[in-house]
Amino acid sequence: MEFFRARKAFNFMGWVKPVFAFSLVISLVAIYLIVTKGFVYGIDFAGGTVVQVKYEAPVRIDEIRKHLSTTPFASAGIQEFGSSSEIVLRLQNTTADVTKDTAAQVSDALSGTGKFEIRRVDMVGPKVGKELQTQGTIALLFSVIGILIYVAFRFEWRFAVASIIALVHDVLITAGMVSLFNVEFDLTVLAALLTILGFSINDTIVIFDRIRETIHDTKESGKYQMSVIINESVTNTLSRTILTITTVFFVVLTLFLFGGEIIHGFSFAMLIGVIFGAYSSIFVASPFLIWFGYDVAQAKAAQAEKRRQHAEKEKMRAQFEQGVV
Amino acid sequence: MPSQESTRMKLNYRVILLLLATIFGLIFSLPSFTQSSEGKKVTLGLDLQGGLHMLLGVKTEEAVDSQLKSIASGLKHFGEHNDILLDGISVQDRTVTFELLDNDDTTVIDEYLKSVEGTIVHASEGKYVLSVTPESVEKLKVQAIDQAIETIRNRLDQFGLAEPTVAKQGVDKILVELPGIKTPQEEQRARELISRAAKLELMAVDEDRAMRVMELDDAEAASFGDKILEDALQPKMKHLVNDIPILDGTMLTDAQVGYDQNNRPVINFSLNSQGAQIFGDFTGKSVGKRLAIVLDGKVYSAPVINERIGGGSGQISGNYTVEEANDLAIALRSGALLAPIYMMEKRSVGPSLGADSIKASLVAFATGAALVVFFMITYYGYSGVVATTVMVVNIILIIAFMALFGATLTLPGMAGIVLTVGMAVDANVIINERIRELLREGASVRRAIEGGYDNALSTLVDANLTTLIAAVALYVYGTGPIKGFAVTLAVGILVSMFTAIMGSHGIFQMLMNRIEKSGNMNRWFGIRLGHKG
Repeated sequence: MEFFRARKAFNFMGWVKPVFAFSLVISLVAIYLIVTKGFVYGIDFAGGTVVQVKYEAPVRIDEIRKHLSTTPFASAGIQEFGSSSEIVLRLQNTTADVTKDTAAQVSDALSGTGKFEIRRVDMVGPKVGKELQTQGTIALLFSVIGILIYVAFRFEWRFAVASIIALVHDVLITAGMVSLFNVEFDLTVLAALLTILGFSINDTIVIFDRIRETIHDTKESGKYQMSVIINESVTNTLSRTILTITTVFFVVLTLFLFGGEIIHGFSFAMLIGVIFGAYSSIFVASPFLIWFGYDVAQAKAAQAEKRRQHAEKEKMRAQFEQGVV
Repeated sequence: MPSQESTRMKLNYRVILLLLATIFGLIFSLPSFTQSSEGKKVTLGLDLQGGLHMLLGVKTEEAVDSQLKSIASGLKHFGEHNDILLDGISVQDRTVTFELLDNDDTTVIDEYLKSVEGTIVHASEGKYVLSVTPESVEKLKVQAIDQAIETIRNRLDQFGLAEPTVAKQGVDKILVELPGIKTPQEEQRARELISRAAKLELMAVDEDRAMRVMELDDAEAASFGDKILEDALQPKMKHLVNDIPILDGTMLTDAQVGYDQNNRPVINFSLNSQGAQIFGDFTGKSVGKRLAIVLDGKVYSAPVINERIGGGSGQISGNYTVEEANDLAIALRSGALLAPIYMMEKRSVGPSLGADSIKASLVAFATGAALVVFFMITYYGYSGVVATTVMVVNIILIIAFMALFGATLTLPGMAGIVLTVGMAVDANVIINERIRELLREGASVRRAIEGGYDNALSTLVDANLTTLIAAVALYVYGTGPIKGFAVTLAVGILVSMFTAIMGSHGIFQMLMNRIEKSGNMNRWFGIRLGHKG
């Protein structure tokens, strides 16, 4: 089976302006959402207590809320969790007392609401939450810097900066969606954002690598045009992009549908990130190469120079080994 | 009929490597799949098998206070033992103060104070102020944490839970993981056991003022160098005891559960020789007075001293159940916590939730894998089968490496493996696309395959290494389950590079003659080349 039988390059760069405008708009919307609406931070970052309770039969949230209103847990947030017989209670307060048994207290407070089992009690103190927040930010920053250095080293700075712009674009939009849909921002969502970094850069590199190769292979100087080169490279890698995105997307979708409530935030963020990761490699990272003034003729000259130096070195070595010098 | 020669499969070093890797993978992943007790296996994280995870902080300040108390006790005993009159020994504002009544003793006391390490002494006109040096404070704090780790570990080892983990995290935190916990009752018991200060103190009852204890408040008691303690069995009853203990649990050598004459469980403890000496001295001098046995700030009994007690042993009786007495004896034996601990983070997962999570991720894994296999085979034909084969090897190898590293498989880690399935085939997709390109350009099968691998190599290395950077950042700055995710992701990336670049290449080389003979590129690579040439 083949997706594209036609061997003609698609004119991707011809659509760049409207598509880029779209990117710009949703990036701005994402920033707006993140700044004004912010995130529903999970207890990993905000601190607090979460108690997951499973009932034997479906329960009604409002009844439980009413039942709890006369207990110390009156202020608890109550939500359904995955099914109508499972709920989570969210409490802002935490206890530093090692011997205090939150589970037993919740158990007492809920007695009379049906037969249930307490399946999970998570408590994160305020200090730990702060630390996790800092560590998360550092992790994001360090991966971006690491990737920047690697790409700059393997390609050149314009490729590095372009790929980082695409990365930031993907992470921003995913974070914006997390904010928009009130997905709880916890450690797994952070992990998803970092994985998206990895995925997105993966896609970008595959295309960049192809661009480098196409530049190398282009012999007619009439084709020394970055947009032409990019169109050809993107077209050549398009089957791969579509197939890989489809497989990863379906895998993430199965995680989203069947992976369980606890990693819901993770799979949600991944779903968004995977799509935008592929999209940004084509429509965000590549055009920036043009806008940064990456010139094919110059690049070819540089490549030729590199080859010449390499050949020179080889020659010297050969001469040296033969004892000529 | 094809001749035997032309379709013969040739072994090559790549296939042999893949085979060896597969065998290696099977051997080391098998214990994990069967969860047998033999051999190294992937440990399931607490979120999958259920259990209790705690991050504990240590109130190190209190270790310094308790050190000062200890210095005061020593000083008091030294004075009494050598007939030196020391007045008003007290601990306040992080100093020990006292007054030397007889100037003739200055040299003796100065000599003694010099032997107390890590203190600064200020003395003027017989008034002494001892404080702890800043370096010593730091040292005490570090000691308090290390000692807490040691103590908690000892207690948990004796508690008899399977595979407890007690480790230092960062500079001042203690990570405790108890996978064996199955019920809330067990959890509560474990938490009480590890958090118990188990600080045993033997204190003198202030007989002069004991009658007035109900009228005094804490400040008044302090002005006499005393403090008011609650009775452990009758909370309304109060005891007035001397603030500086005669001796504390640091001199305790053993604690065992025994039974009193009414067959109720009690704890018998014994002291080391120094403790026995102090205890003997004190009881010899205090016949007729009462001695309070204080545990964690509560008085358990205050018997009247009838005679000098040598031998250095005593008894704590406190209406215990056998279980309580047992836990307390463990706590006493493993030593007191120098400083109290507090909860910073706690995650407890019931076993049923863990089982549900495993089930959910297995369903996601199976569905995801089935979809990927379906895609690959429909799209690429036989080379999709090759990709699937190396993907399976890939998963086996991930499990094997994780088992070898003793890594923990967490719920996000399971998600990582599911993702790896998606990513692992990406390498083969890139390679297959390159092969197809060359075939379309009219290259021979052999040249297309070899060229495809050559062309794809730099892309694969660059693309995977950059992803690896993100995985490493996740590992270094992540905690708990996220670290587990990073491990699976990183191992997955490295292994998939091997299986795709080495493994599938080897398989193609082995099948080369067959592919050439067959010439059906649609069946092998899923493309129709139309009219050849």
